[in-house]
Amino acid sequence: MTEWFDLVVIGGGPAGYAGAIRAAQLGKRVACVEMERAGGSCINWGCIPTKSLLRNAELYQLMRTRATDFGMVFTDLSYDWAKVLGRSQKVVAQLVGGIEALLKKNQVEYLHGEASLINEKTIVVTLGGETVKLLNTRHVLVATGVRPRELVGMTFNGSTIVDSRQALSLKKQPGTIVIIGGGAIGVEFAYFFNAYGTQVTLVEAMPQLVPLEDEEVSEALRISFTRQGIRILTNTRVESGNVTNQGIKLDLVGDTSDTLQAGVALVAAGVAPVLPPGLNCELDQGYIKVDDRYETSVKGICAAGDVIGPPWLAHVASFEAIQAVEGMFTEGKPRQIGVFPNCTYCQPQIASIGMTEKEVRNARLPYRVGRFPFRISGKALAHGTPEGFVKIIIGEPEGELLGAHIIGAEATEMVAELGVAMTLEATYAEIEATIHAHPTLSEAVHEASSAAFGEAIYV
Amino acid sequence: MAEITMPKLSDTMTEGVLVRWLKKKGDVVSMGDVLAEVETDKATMEMEAFHDGLLKETYVEEGQKVAVGERIALIVADGEEEIPAPQGVEKVAAMPKRRVDEKKSVIPRPKPAEIEQVRKIAHLEEGYSQAPLRRTEAQRAPLQVLPAPAGGRVKASPLARKIAARMRVDLTRIDGTGPGGRIVQEDVLAAAEVEKAAPVAMPVEAPVSPGPGTQSELITLSPMRRAIAQRMVESKTRIPHFYLSVELDAGALLELREQANRDLHSSGEEKLSINDFILKACVETLKRAPEANASFTENGIIRYRNVDLGFAVSLEEGLITPIIHNAETKSLRQISADARGLIERARTRRLKPEEYQGGTFTVTNLGPSGIDSFHAIISPPQAAILAVGSIIRKPVISSSGQVVAGQRISATLCCDHRAIDGAVAAKFLQEFRKMIENPALMLL
Repeated sequence: MTEWFDLVVIGGGPAGYAGAIRAAQLGKRVACVEMERAGGSCINWGCIPTKSLLRNAELYQLMRTRATDFGMVFTDLSYDWAKVLGRSQKVVAQLVGGIEALLKKNQVEYLHGEASLINEKTIVVTLGGETVKLLNTRHVLVATGVRPRELVGMTFNGSTIVDSRQALSLKKQPGTIVIIGGGAIGVEFAYFFNAYGTQVTLVEAMPQLVPLEDEEVSEALRISFTRQGIRILTNTRVESGNVTNQGIKLDLVGDTSDTLQAGVALVAAGVAPVLPPGLNCELDQGYIKVDDRYETSVKGICAAGDVIGPPWLAHVASFEAIQAVEGMFTEGKPRQIGVFPNCTYCQPQIASIGMTEKEVRNARLPYRVGRFPFRISGKALAHGTPEGFVKIIIGEPEGELLGAHIIGAEATEMVAELGVAMTLEATYAEIEATIHAHPTLSEAVHEASSAAFGEAIYV
Repeated sequence: MAEITMPKLSDTMTEGVLVRWLKKKGDVVSMGDVLAEVETDKATMEMEAFHDGLLKETYVEEGQKVAVGERIALIVADGEEEIPAPQGVEKVAAMPKRRVDEKKSVIPRPKPAEIEQVRKIAHLEEGYSQAPLRRTEAQRAPLQVLPAPAGGRVKASPLARKIAARMRVDLTRIDGTGPGGRIVQEDVLAAAEVEKAAPVAMPVEAPVSPGPGTQSELITLSPMRRAIAQRMVESKTRIPHFYLSVELDAGALLELREQANRDLHSSGEEKLSINDFILKACVETLKRAPEANASFTENGIIRYRNVDLGFAVSLEEGLITPIIHNAETKSLRQISADARGLIERARTRRLKPEEYQGGTFTVTNLGPSGIDSFHAIISPPQAAILAVGSIIRKPVISSSGQVVAGQRISATLCCDHRAIDGAVAAKFLQEFRKMIENPALMLL
């Protein structure tokens, strides 16, 4: 039972489904093979369910700590852990259904099973050891993504040592949790568990939390998290972890050399690529190596998304897959990723695009910085979210935007404007010339860029 | 009663074609109604009525050419009778409908030559709403373009435009690689690179055949010599230079320098040169007269917010102007330290490109070479260069009318008249005088 396709996409995540749909739009016959659930990590175990949990946490934390500020009195405020987690599953189910419907609408053949490459033109799809289908194809797009990486000697067990996916379905709320890794995933879970009253310790090997972000932003997050009651240990790594009767015991080395006891250890300290069986192409540090057309060392096989290496971001993955597909079937050269936003959804939220101040300094570019704190934003005060700031780094002498860094409520929504500005190569002058609505949080973007030249009205 | 004549819709317009009547003879018209469409040498425009009344007469057929000022139509108010004689008739040129944001209309109107140039470009961007004249559908064709304010016609990113202006790259000669052929930063930088690599060929004069008995040698042009030759020709032939000179009292400056250097010497630090003071004085002057810290471009005058101060350093094979970036933020001692480092690297040819490219203003000081006063050639795209001579002891007449011994220094500001007028240049020199004669101001 062999079928012919123009393209077989292996993986149904943000790279896979986006690439498959784009190819179908171009009139190609496409199959998309997914071994778990359509939508990949993003929809099932990553971006989406965590955002749902974080929303629950925000509301609960607001009610618990600040209800009276807003004139509300609760005599018996409580929550149902199963439902806290349950809502995220409903959201996920709805979106998974949406992706499957989109694939169907675009007449992509969606196959559930594991794809193995026989050669660059033939793929066998199996499910539970049974062969489902044999596919012949002109092109292959590998978009198999990544999975959480284990620490040596700490095998994930779903109860005391968990990855971010397992953390979504912990049957009981842990009383104490150690989160290993202070990147985006780590700080989001730290915020989530802390908001519900779990005692959280966050361990990061680098000197700063969210190490990819601007130093000032990291510092602001550290202060905010500490205030919220999260214990933060930077410059510290976990040397070993042992499961005990009560949970887990961790030995730390670095700035804090200590032994921690906790109910659960959540490891969010990196990812590892998932490679489809039968793919024999060149790798770079384990990730699939591609050229500027997203083609692997095997002709006819392209790869996109997390599996070709960092940044591991859904929006980058979709972009790459669409470019790869356009490279296969249309004239013109696929584009490489340029600037892209980074978003972290704890409270305060973090969003950034472009270079950090440190990177600008290291590149020896002439620059100036404008900042605007939300504590003097009318909208932020009215909303009760005065935490954080907008920081914009402007190049000299042309005034181009080198980087923008936002920490505060709705930061992740505000960064879009700066993305458009950077893509269009707008300069300080165009941001300044754009009338921003008052009162909004995004006025802070305008004010921050004006502040770089001492022209902000409200600073 | 009002006689409508062909309006002069641009400074070059001598005649216009009445494309289409939108009102017919006998129609009642009110102020603001569009009477007709008129095609000029540049655009088709709507001609609007400025009177209420009856369109009593139309003198022109559709498609007919009409000289500016010639009558087109006659509008009479209700009950008014037409008076055929020209006497007593109020001649009103119908005005084109405008949609002008007054604030934006300060952008200089294009000159005929510029328009010609733009026509050749034939790049038209849609949605060009800041154009001072409303355009009709019919003239969206590429050749009917007026230059948009701040250059809306060539598809280029704001950053690309700014870099092009600074590096003097002609955007109309670049093919954009951005979305929809838009010129992006990378394209401009690549074009600048190409221009640098292949400098415009200099017209080379035929080799002079020396007369009998003449002895000569041909010195091959070094890349630096070639670059100087090219830039100087470009500057002197394209930029309308003018020069203003002053002679200043340098006594206080010398005194301050001596004092400062005594202190610095005793603490084992590097001394300040007269040039350091001149550079600092120039930076402080530019803060007070920012009009001189500028570049003229076809799209407008760029006024720089920061002072990237170039200063000429002579080398064996020519000269180079290293740049003190953001000099407006630097103290006298920082400027001195920067200058010392740059001179050292210039002499050993170790300057990085960013250390001698760019620059918003230049100082050239031939004082150490014993030159009393001189004129310099502007370094494009800058709008001015300050030429400073040596400090000379000479008799001067004091404020009390006595002839006394003075320490005098000359300064000549050489300006691009397209960007700077005499009054602005004079203001610069007045401020410069203040700085040199009251050097303590530099230390504030």
